[in-house]
Amino acid sequence: MSEPLSLFDRPNSYIGRSVPRPDAKRLLIGRGQFVDDLERPRMVHAAFVRSPYAHARIDRIDCEAARASQGVVAIYTGVELADHVTPYVGTLTHLVGLRSPPQYPLAMNVARWQGEPVVMVIATSRALAEDAAELVEVDYDPLPAVTDMETALDPDTPIIHDEFDSNLAWEREVNAGDVDAAFAGDGTQVIERTFRFGRHTGVTLESRATLVEFDPSDRQLTFRYSGQAPLMMQAILAKHLSLEEENVRVISEDVGGSFGIKIHTYGDEFATAIAAMLLKRPVKFVADRHESFSSDIHARDHVVHGRIGLKADGTIVGLEIDDLTGIGPYSMYPRSSGIEANQVVNLTGAPYRIDNYRARTRVVFQNKNMMCQYRAVGHPIAMAVADGLIEAAAAEIGLESIDIRRLNLIPDDAHPTVSATQMKFDDLSHQKCLETLLELVDYGAVRADQERLRAKGVYRGIGFVSMVEVTNPSPMFYGIGGAPISAQDGATVRMDASGALHVASSITEQGQGTNGILAQIAATAFGVAVDRVKVTTGDTATVPYGGGTWASRGAGIGGEAMLQAALALKDQVLDVAATILQSESAALDIQNGEIVDTGTGEPRMALRELGQIVYYRGNELPRDLTPELIASRHYRVTDFPFVFTNGAMAAHVEVDVETGMVELLNIWAVEDCGRIINPQLVDEQIRGGIVQGIGGALYEECVYSEDGLLLNATMADYLVPMASELPDIVVKHVETPSKTSMLGAKGAGEAGTCGAPGAIMNAVNDALRPLGASIYQMPMTPERILRALGVVS
Amino acid sequence: MTSQQQSIRLTVNGEAVECQVPVRLSLVDFLRTDLGLTGSHIGCEHGVCGACTLFVDGAPVRGCLMLAVQADGTEVVTIEGLADSGRGEALRQAFHKRNALQCGFCTPGMLASALDYVEQGGTADRQAIREHLSGNYCRCTGYQAIVDAVCDVIEGRS
Repeated sequence: MSEPLSLFDRPNSYIGRSVPRPDAKRLLIGRGQFVDDLERPRMVHAAFVRSPYAHARIDRIDCEAARASQGVVAIYTGVELADHVTPYVGTLTHLVGLRSPPQYPLAMNVARWQGEPVVMVIATSRALAEDAAELVEVDYDPLPAVTDMETALDPDTPIIHDEFDSNLAWEREVNAGDVDAAFAGDGTQVIERTFRFGRHTGVTLESRATLVEFDPSDRQLTFRYSGQAPLMMQAILAKHLSLEEENVRVISEDVGGSFGIKIHTYGDEFATAIAAMLLKRPVKFVADRHESFSSDIHARDHVVHGRIGLKADGTIVGLEIDDLTGIGPYSMYPRSSGIEANQVVNLTGAPYRIDNYRARTRVVFQNKNMMCQYRAVGHPIAMAVADGLIEAAAAEIGLESIDIRRLNLIPDDAHPTVSATQMKFDDLSHQKCLETLLELVDYGAVRADQERLRAKGVYRGIGFVSMVEVTNPSPMFYGIGGAPISAQDGATVRMDASGALHVASSITEQGQGTNGILAQIAATAFGVAVDRVKVTTGDTATVPYGGGTWASRGAGIGGEAMLQAALALKDQVLDVAATILQSESAALDIQNGEIVDTGTGEPRMALRELGQIVYYRGNELPRDLTPELIASRHYRVTDFPFVFTNGAMAAHVEVDVETGMVELLNIWAVEDCGRIINPQLVDEQIRGGIVQGIGGALYEECVYSEDGLLLNATMADYLVPMASELPDIVVKHVETPSKTSMLGAKGAGEAGTCGAPGAIMNAVNDALRPLGASIYQMPMTPERILRALGVVS
Repeated sequence: MTSQQQSIRLTVNGEAVECQVPVRLSLVDFLRTDLGLTGSHIGCEHGVCGACTLFVDGAPVRGCLMLAVQADGTEVVTIEGLADSGRGEALRQAFHKRNALQCGFCTPGMLASALDYVEQGGTADRQAIREHLSGNYCRCTGYQAIVDAVCDVIEGRS
């Protein structure tokens, strides 16, 4: 007898099928419900006066003229709002030694970055609030600005926070094995490079937006925001606004892009909540694009000095990195601004067997906008450094970088393994991904083409990267450090009288297709058509408790909870069906909305009939049968701190050596996110992620003047990848399900951003190599490439 | 100044509209706040991102770069009007099938630009489509699925 069909092979399985997202239709006819689309009776609007200086004492604020301006309802300074909020500190106890001063929603007596909110103006329209904001007079006494992170720790650099003895926020060192001895070994060559990664930001097309209502009768706060983690915000708002947690309802409906920008606590959003409480009226704040650039968290901004030691055959004997990163004047609350540096230390070289590893990171304060977690946190840096060193070493030693990877990648059959930084890996497929990638890339032809074109003065290059990605984090990521951030997620599945499913989950939708895959999973596990599943996410009043969407955790954690909840409901329904049909539940199954005989598939009863008996005609049931047509399950990762994914990518570029422009010719990506629930959605996550990586590699940078002024805070000046610059991206998968769950899904949302920058940097350097030039600074702008070529100085 | 008003008459999605508006009000703000047509989105307010792209007298226009008073006497069509009239249905279906949207915030403007390309008789030349859409910013998709969807419509697959 053959094996019974697995969950994934059932006739009505939607797992592994590209089911179109049902909620996309609504967005295609202009019926999205983004925060700025919402209106409320008596609603007023917030605008902020923001610091024009990177660092300045606030001597005087005069709001008299502003108060008299048309439509003004209220004006608040930082000191006035501070009476209504407890300060917050962006540290995590497991990042031992990380320090940051208390923060308030608006600047108190000193502004510490250009764009920091200083005064809040509330008026009957945003335009009128902006008119009044222009009339607020603030006397600033400019202070020296600390902007260059490379001199932030120098003795003669001013210290930003009086309570600290330096501008150091955090420092971490790792020392595994003996790097010095390894580098000193016979026949070992040590190659070193210094890598620079510019500041960039998320540029979500929908800016941050908040609409807050307060009902004083029961001190109920309803906080609608464009965000990723409603239950985290519920806990934070309750804590700092002195409300009971159950009286804070946080709702995220449609979210116009997030990418990590919208998992943090922003002062202007706190201020909006306080204003709603003080005014007892709905208050809306929608950041304009200029505000987004100067107050949405920035990311990267690292300088990494890296050294790698290899034997003549290409065996890596050791790796050393020294990382420095500037995070702005505070560590962001509540996830902290130490995580990116921590990831750089934890993950550099992680795809490879490296016994001797030494790393240091220093995280420094500076008078720039705050830096925090944005898509692929730390990974683009870690992957670009390790694989940048490998390709540089290959060129110097005279080996193929692919052969160095083949020699040093952790073998697929070696898992479970533990890295030098104690990262636990299992179910990874580095070798298979690299070989699959090489099947996609016609490497011989690319090299031949490169050689032929060089003779004509055309410089093309190909670069590779092998990568890991942290996904499905356990409580070891944030919860352990004291943050009110859940690593577990819940799912509830309810059958109604018509036999349809109503499911709710604590993970959230920002366009990646969360609601779609939840429906696919529930439909598959329970046995109904996917269009009979209604999904609710994003509302703390109606969803079970859980973490939301970040760290590529939705499918792997929220998806598993949904799978288990739907299976539990199925068991409950089959028990009821067995009683009604005088059968055994094991002899029954649910397929396409009907109770059927397991063996024959013969229909026995429609779910609608069962639902109507239970809900309407309970008199037909035995007295002692009390059916529960609702089930909840929660899931967290327990065996591993993180469930890593892996992949391999290649980029093919042409560098115009006269203009410094880089043209992307091809990008190929092979990645392994375990069980694929919806191939189309996964492909689109990989592509979208790659394009954000392309942005960081070639275009995007928050450019600051020496005195800390953001010089390109408009979309005309801050360049993002547009359709015309991009090639079609080839995506392929290796599927190694995670053994940590029945679903076996790992995350996929960040992989593209993790790998693409390193591959592109390696490709550009491959193109430049015959000219004796190299570049290890992102974004690789035309100017920087021309400098690398010595065309401009 | 701020209070200076002017009355305008125009047709929006086939309906006659008469309104008193501040002269500084942008067309997209007027559509969103005065008429409740929130399908047109605001991404940058300086004509770069394309999220507010809509049709004025048949031509694609940035709703943030045109004042409401400049729309006096014109015919305006937004994504709501396209959906209600059925115009562009093949393109919407192709976007859905190809998952040519994720968060959906750029989608109203992207659809308007793509529809303009299709209705002008554009060919299924991927680079030409990319050039035509190069004024519409999408942070989520990487654009490939959008190009696929436009090609599908032109080649009659959707």
